[in-house]
This record gives sequence, C-alpha cells and structure tokens, in this order.
Amino acid sequence: MVPVSHVLALSVILFGLGAAGFIVRRNIITIFMCIELMLNAVNLAFIAFSRYLGNLDGQIFVFFVIVVAAAEAAVGLAVIIAVQRNRQTLSIDDLDSMKM
Amino acid sequence: MVAPLFYIFAGLAIVAALSVVLQRTPVYSALSLILVLCSLAVIYLLLDAPFLAVVQVIVYAGAIMVLFVFVIMLLNARAEAPTDRSRFARWLGLPLLAAFLGEVLFVVLAHFADTPLYSGEAFDAGPRAVGGLLFRQYVLPFEVTSILILVAIMGAVVLAKKQL
Repeated sequence: MVPVSHVLALSVILFGLGAAGFIVRRNIITIFMCIELMLNAVNLAFIAFSRYLGNLDGQIFVFFVIVVAAAEAAVGLAVIIAVQRNRQTLSIDDLDSMKM
Repeated sequence: MVAPLFYIFAGLAIVAALSVVLQRTPVYSALSLILVLCSLAVIYLLLDAPFLAVVQVIVYAGAIMVLFVFVIMLLNARAEAPTDRSRFARWLGLPLLAAFLGEVLFVVLAHFADTPLYSGEAFDAGPRAVGGLLFRQYVLPFEVTSILILVAIMGAVVLAKKQL
C-alpha cells in the first residue's frame, strides 16, 4: 500500500529538481521547461490530496492548471522567439538589460 | 499491484527529471521532460484520476511538448556554454533551496507517514464525474478559461510576428 507521504515526497523531489534547474541552467528554453516540471509536481500533490480526501475538486483544479500552463507555454515561447529575433541569443547571461 | 507500479514510475520520473536538469542540450531536456510527463500520467492513473491521466498525455506530453520541441528546432538551440556568472545564485540559492525542500520533505514524511492513500470508500473520478462537476459547479471558471486561451493565442501571434 502506498502511503500519502510517498506521493507527496515524489512531488517535493520533482519540485526541487525543477527549482534547482531554474537556478542552475542558463538556457532560457531549459529554464522554461523547469517551470513546467514544477507545475507538474504541484499537480501531483493536488491529485494525491484529492484521492486522500475523496474529493474531486482537486482534480478540477489540476485541469485548470494544465489549461493555464498551455496558455503560458504559448505566450512564453512567443516571447522567446521575439527575444531570439531581437538579441540573437538564448542565454540569460546576455539578457541583463533590466539589471542594475 | 498498485504499489510496485507506483515505485517503478516514481523512480523513472525522478531519473528523467534529473536528466531534464543536467542535460546541456535543450532537445535532450525536452525529451526527458516528455518521459517525466508520461510516467506522471501513469501515476495519475494509479491515483484514480483517469481523465487527468489522458489529458496529461494528450495536452502536456502531446501539444505543449510539441510546441517546445518545435521552438527548440526553429531557434536551433545548441548546448549551452558553461559560464562563471551567476555564482551567487548557485552557491547561495541551491543550499537555501535544499534546506527548504528538506524541511518540507521532513514535515510531509513525519505528518503523513502511516496515512494510507485509499481510505476504503469508493471514489468515482471518471470523466462523467469530472465533467459533471466542471459544467455545473465550476462552469464560470471554465468559461473564463476560454477567454484566457483566446487572449493567449492573440498574444502569441502578436509577439512572434515580424512586423505589426
């Protein structure tokens, strides 16, 4: 039998890996994929609690998270294409014009 | 039968997620992410969420990841060059992140250690139940979502266009 803690632990580990990739990676597309990884970790926690509490509302919330992630991916990748067109780079080290 | 499958696919998800973070080439990261999403879909199935498992494969592993791979190939994204900048984030951010997540992991493992996932009662989470809830109780957020997607489509077209 799988306890709730193991599913939540998997969720925490996936979220941690996504956040670590967000900090370590320098390529803007890889950073974007790490955000998707974190969103999926949160979805897993929602579904685990939905099953644990016997309540479907968590699954509805995951549905909305997936929809918003799809919209976010479309807009974000369009921004990346615009950045690449104007700056000819995908490395966030070169995209520091808003830094002090 | 559920427990061994869960641990197999949980391990697969962690290994693939490590690969997402450690690969230098974006295409390899994207393919590893597809593996993470598919193993998470199997775990959703084991957690009695068949509708979301299918949506995960079709929308996430299908549509969104195709978009990612398409953009990676369109922009010809190569392996990133190692840099010595952002040392601050690496040496301060990663330990703080590890401390925070270790704390959360400790709380989760201590608090839910012996709580079984299945309390025994029947739990109907088929497409019929999810759809009923979505189109009755959550019909307003559902309609607002369609506006959000419309705005996102227009935003994506405007941003990616060469000249307005």
